[in-house]
Amino acid sequence: METAATRSKKPNAKPAKLGRDVQARLGQQLRAMYDDVVNQGVPDRFSELINRLESDEKKDGQ
Amino acid sequence: MMPMDESVRKAVLAAVPSLRAFAISLCGNVDRADDLVQETLLRALANIDSFQPGTNMSAWLFTILRNHFRSEYRKRRREVEDSDGHHAESLKSQPDQYGHVEFREFREALAQLPSDQREALILVGASGFSYEEAAGICGCAVGTIKSRVNRARTRLAELLHVNSAEDFGPDETTRAVLASGGE
Repeated sequence: METAATRSKKPNAKPAKLGRDVQARLGQQLRAMYDDVVNQGVPDRFSELINRLESDEKKDGQ
Repeated sequence: MMPMDESVRKAVLAAVPSLRAFAISLCGNVDRADDLVQETLLRALANIDSFQPGTNMSAWLFTILRNHFRSEYRKRRREVEDSDGHHAESLKSQPDQYGHVEFREFREALAQLPSDQREALILVGASGFSYEEAAGICGCAVGTIKSRVNRARTRLAELLHVNSAEDFGPDETTRAVLASGGE
């Protein structure tokens, strides 16, 4: 079965130079996707982890 | 171990959202990515004495995450998936893992890039690192990063069937790309 993955496998052709407009739009998409995760902030799991480690250290230090 | 400096704690916490976004782009899976971030934080905090104050905390954490991913996760992934193609296929069947379906097509295309190119593109194009910082994180030459980023952009445009900005359509960019590129 042909899939997007197999269809896209071409030998390494010399890359054509992308127009600035295309690069800009790809960049926007990439950042939008990335920022979608960034905007979720710090999940409790990680703030709790860091706070817990910090209190362990305080105990160790005393 | 020395008590953690408040400014260090803040800098680590501030880097977490971007670390997660980077990890998700590497792993292609939110749960695995969060485990990777957790392991990265534990390693970083255990070795916090080797962080040089005044240098970029975010770049330091990205380096740890990237190296850990390289050594552990890729090994594990190879056991169940033998190519980036399978990786991409597995993404298609689990769009909900990303929370937002709208980036699914773009993520699928990104997942088909060779991992060297993908990480270079994310670091420079999304995480906001300079070419020099990205080279430091990946342990390679600046020119290598530049070339990987260029190849990644070209490949991405091919995969999304984009030849000009018009192909993106005015609004729902990825959907328009697929509509114009779909066979």
